[in-house]
Amino acid sequence: MYEGVIQNLIDELGRLPGVGPKGAQRIAFHLLAADPDDARKLAAALLEVTERVKFCRTCGNVAEADQCRICLDPRRDPSIICVVEEPKDVAAVEKIREYRGRYHVLGGAISPIDGIGPEELRIKELMTRLADGTVTELILATDPNLEGEATATYLARLIKPTGVRVTRPASGLPVGGDLEYADEVTLGRAFEGRRLLDV
Amino acid sequence: MHLTRLALTDFRSYVSADLTLEAGVTTLIGPNGEGKTNLAEAIGYVATLGSHRVATDAPLVRQGAERAIVRAAIASGRGNALIEIEVNPGRANRVRLNRTPLPRAREILGVLRTVLFAPEDLALVKGDPGERRRFLDDLLVARAPRYAAVRSDYERIVRQRTALLKSAGARLSRGGRVAASAGPAESAASVDARSGAAPSTRSGTGPAASAMAATLDAWDDQLARVGAELLAGRLSLVRVLRPHVEAAYAAVSGDRGPAGIAYRPSFALPVPGGPPPGDTAHGDGVPGGSAAPGGPGTAGMDSMGGKGADLEAAMREALQQARPGELERGVCLVGPHRDELELRVGELPARGYASHGESWSLALALRLAAYELLRTDGEDPVLILDDVFAELDAGRRDRLAVLVAGAEQVIVTAAVPADVPAALKGISYDVGGGTITRGS
Ligand SMILES: Nc1ncnc2c1ncn2[C@@H]1O[C@H](COP(=O)(O)OP(=O)(O)OP(=O)(O)O)[C@@H](O)[C@H]1O
Ligand SMILES: [Mg+2]
Ligand SMILES: [Zn+2]
Repeated sequence: MYEGVIQNLIDELGRLPGVGPKGAQRIAFHLLAADPDDARKLAAALLEVTERVKFCRTCGNVAEADQCRICLDPRRDPSIICVVEEPKDVAAVEKIREYRGRYHVLGGAISPIDGIGPEELRIKELMTRLADGTVTELILATDPNLEGEATATYLARLIKPTGVRVTRPASGLPVGGDLEYADEVTLGRAFEGRRLLDV
Repeated sequence: MHLTRLALTDFRSYVSADLTLEAGVTTLIGPNGEGKTNLAEAIGYVATLGSHRVATDAPLVRQGAERAIVRAAIASGRGNALIEIEVNPGRANRVRLNRTPLPRAREILGVLRTVLFAPEDLALVKGDPGERRRFLDDLLVARAPRYAAVRSDYERIVRQRTALLKSAGARLSRGGRVAASAGPAESAASVDARSGAAPSTRSGTGPAASAMAATLDAWDDQLARVGAELLAGRLSLVRVLRPHVEAAYAAVSGDRGPAGIAYRPSFALPVPGGPPPGDTAHGDGVPGGSAAPGGPGTAGMDSMGGKGADLEAAMREALQQARPGELERGVCLVGPHRDELELRVGELPARGYASHGESWSLALALRLAAYELLRTDGEDPVLILDDVFAELDAGRRDRLAVLVAGAEQVIVTAAVPADVPAALKGISYDVGGGTITRGS
């Protein structure tokens, strides 16, 4: 335990995702030792995001205006929507560079344990976007875990009657890794889910 | 494979212990409470990273010490291996294989294989169905590690779905009252739009019910998908395990019994070429080998065939039928977590009927069958028999001694030396006063 203000900072830092008590301490003392200007810049940046960053009213991605950069870009294909859980997933898919469609951020995944059902996600907004027939394909890129899978299944069932094509990215062995480094559980499941190579 | 050395530091009652071992039979003899089972437990821990007696690691560390260290040297067909495990209760264990730290502790699983029989195993026969399901699932994982993921996924789906059933049940009964008293069609429609619910033809009343039903449908899909994978694994395991259980029980009991095992699912399984699911067909639906579509050779991979898909469809069907009851009770009533491995001695169920010695022999037969099965998969595991003889009559003791004499390595513990059949003395150690000394 430290003096009031320092402990206060450590506590606040410790509440951030991925920062444990030890890490919070390190960051706090680093800031104390650093140029006060650096701390001021950090504080300003923190204030700025909370004041300026909003969520896009169309897709739910982070945005500096009413709509996000992608929704405002006329070159993006409006007939394809990639559905993801969080804004950070938009950034991840953007790294592919080849995806030219648009996004829809749900704000999470269905998880009854956490009290999150379809009502807590931006599903009504998604259905509104599908209403005028512009969208012909929906890519369900929710996380490849049980909750992401359940959410994808829920959406697929929901959207089926609209006739929109629904796809889901394949999952399996992480690419870029050597087979020999894949753990036995991952490798075992990938073998179980093997598919016919139709040539 | 066999152990050539076991060294302990601050493990259970041992400040330090160092035991040299050889292939063949080793007996550990000593009075009650002197640390025989602690040694058996330490060997089991190296193989499974868990204890057969306790669910957490804290009791494994000697009172007053901070961490325990277990070292085991193994000789196997693949060469020699030295395993070192630092047991840190509440924190990640540190594991080294041949002096190289492993990034993940669980990568050590499978390097040493053991089958441990202990007095606690009586619960396999007398305990809840959960004990027998765990026996099957542990064996599944030992034979094919991917089942570790299937099992934990399945458990999580059951928890998610149970949480949903509980809140759905509560909400539906509340919703029913609201609809009955107020009931303007407009407000009901807005509930539907907000929840984005799929129209459902299922039972239930009003849009709130159909929203809930749609979410349940999504979790039913997960439960059926992963549940069918687990179920397929268990069914094929029981199929290959059954002859070994029958043989082991017959050998130990001197052809009493016969003992039998049968998998009883919580819902009707599809019978190959038989009536569709939903019919009264029950039992493990796999008499003999005729129902194994993959044939031998594909053991452990049989959800690749049509069978996995059939099971999934049957489970989905059963879930739909069970739904009203599930909503009412707020529990998941269908799936492998409700199944039972039925054990029989002669014509009678073992649970509630078998004598103490019969139950003991049957529990032992299950472990010996697991041993035989793992043996046919590859190398001989290390067989550990903790206190097995005290509860058996003289005939059963002698027959067990003959049965296990052929194992590559057997480690036997007993409190009373005379309980161990002469044929199974092997190399004997006296356990007492915190030390292990070579006996006469
Ligand atoms: N964490 C611990 N720290 C210190 N002592 C422990 C610890 N855990 C268990 N013990 C002691 O170890 C002893 C039990 O050892 P163990 O179970 O191996 O006995 P045993 O030789 O198998 O006896 P029995 O013949 O009755 O089965 C007990 O006396 C117990 O108090
Ligand atoms: Mg004991
Ligand atoms: Zn947007």
